Amino acid sequence: MALLELKGLTFHAGDKKILDGFSMIIEASEVHALLGTNGTGKSTLAYLIMGCEGYKPTSGEIVFDGKAINKLKIHERAKLGITMAWQEPVRFEGISVRDYLTLNNKDLDPAHYLVMVGLHPELYLGRMVDRCLSGGERRRIELASLLALHPRLAILDEPDSGIDMLSTQDIVNVISAFKEHGSSVLLITHREEIVIIADKASQICNGKVICSGNPAKVAEYYKSRKCLICNGEVCAYV
Amino acid sequence: MSELDALMKAFGEAGGDKAILENHEIAHLVASGHKLVSMKSVAGLEVDAKETISGISAKVTVKKGIKIKNPVHLCFGVLHKKGTQKIRMDVMLENNSSAHFIAHCIFPKAEKVRHIMDAVVDIGEGAEMRYSETHYHGLYGGIKVTPKSVVKIGKNGRYFADFTLTAGRVGTLNIDYSVEAGENAVTELTARVFGHANDYIKIKEKVVLEGKNSRSIIKSRVAIEDDAQAEVTGITEGNAAGARGHVDCMEIVKDRAVAKAIPIVNVTNPLAKVTHEAAIGSVDKRQMETLMAHGLTPEKAVDVIVKGILK
Repeated sequence: MALLELKGLTFHAGDKKILDGFSMIIEASEVHALLGTNGTGKSTLAYLIMGCEGYKPTSGEIVFDGKAINKLKIHERAKLGITMAWQEPVRFEGISVRDYLTLNNKDLDPAHYLVMVGLHPELYLGRMVDRCLSGGERRRIELASLLALHPRLAILDEPDSGIDMLSTQDIVNVISAFKEHGSSVLLITHREEIVIIADKASQICNGKVICSGNPAKVAEYYKSRKCLICNGEVCAYV
Repeated sequence: MSELDALMKAFGEAGGDKAILENHEIAHLVASGHKLVSMKSVAGLEVDAKETISGISAKVTVKKGIKIKNPVHLCFGVLHKKGTQKIRMDVMLENNSSAHFIAHCIFPKAEKVRHIMDAVVDIGEGAEMRYSETHYHGLYGGIKVTPKSVVKIGKNGRYFADFTLTAGRVGTLNIDYSVEAGENAVTELTARVFGHANDYIKIKEKVVLEGKNSRSIIKSRVAIEDDAQAEVTGITEGNAAGARGHVDCMEIVKDRAVAKAIPIVNVTNPLAKVTHEAAIGSVDKRQMETLMAHGLTPEKAVDVIVKGILK
């Protein structure tokens, strides 16, 4: 059964068309990898699904669990079970890791979720979610906080990019944990080796899905650079 | 109810622990208005306090080499709606001594109250002083508080001071702290204030890094809402080789509130270095969105962020 359905989403940023009739379905408990080069609109799509400020579809519909959610604010979408880990998680002064993981539920055991992302609770629970954490530590804590929410849909925006990227094994572990909870995952990446851990994959180019299905086949398609306009690094369409 | 009981009741209501007054291992000094209502010392700590025409005057000395184990509690308050309280403190930490002073300043019913603190602090060589001051001014905003201190830190001395006023109204606050740091001395000044309604906050903190390799940080965290106003001035002078200073000011502004930050750095020695950063604005959008993606309402998200920076 479709948990998330994106129906012909179009999004303009100024004069630029970032998404052009983008359609995709994510089933309940499905890990769906979205593959694409830089500038294809992957993060934009994530912001549209989450409902971030300034990201309203120009046209098209976002349907979650059978309900159109275009008009809902971020926290209202979060209440439905949608959450997101930004590519570079923001820092918070004066908020401890313990408090951050229990923002929504003071009764849960935060240590359990730190262990799931490979961090020792005794070393981290008392630390602040501020700039004293390395980029990698911050990303792990963000993923732990998402796991603690037990979301119905977790959007992970390129956890495998940047100098503080998580290893493939780290990401496999986190994805497995989401699956155990029955969460669906939209895993945004531009690394083909990550794609194969998904149940399904789609390649985005020119603001729309150009290939979708078996992750290995989509990764192969992406690797072959059959999309002639892209140079494999940056999408030339947008 | 005695003056002491009334003050302790207010102290308890403001989150304090009344049991500290009964503990024989904890030194304290309690003043209500112009009255000295309770005092206790411990070995190595000399307290000479007396009532004056408008408040209290106290001379506090930590003897050479003595490390006071438990924090020394200072409790000052005015329980009436109107009144003036002037506190004069002369604090001396002799060489290689250390103490932590916790000051509780309570004015729960203030409608027209003035509280003036005038402190002179002398920290000897190798001595360490921690000073934590928490204020509660009630809900009426009818108070004018003027804390002033002049601190001198000797060679290898350390001074850590923090001022917190984050519950209830502020009224008018005018902080004026000045520190002169000697060779290898370390200074940390932190102020956290949350202003509402028509509260007026003025914070001026100055550190002069006079000694070789002396170090300092001035950190200010202010949140203001409604029609409140804040002006934060952080001044650091680097006058000696190896001196390192930093001024860090963050102010969050809501509604019609107005904030101003004035970082002043003045370096007279080419081997000294002083840096500053100041950020004033509304709550960070990315922080808001992240917390909302965790299910918090916008109001709750702002609350969590503001409480965090004031913690």
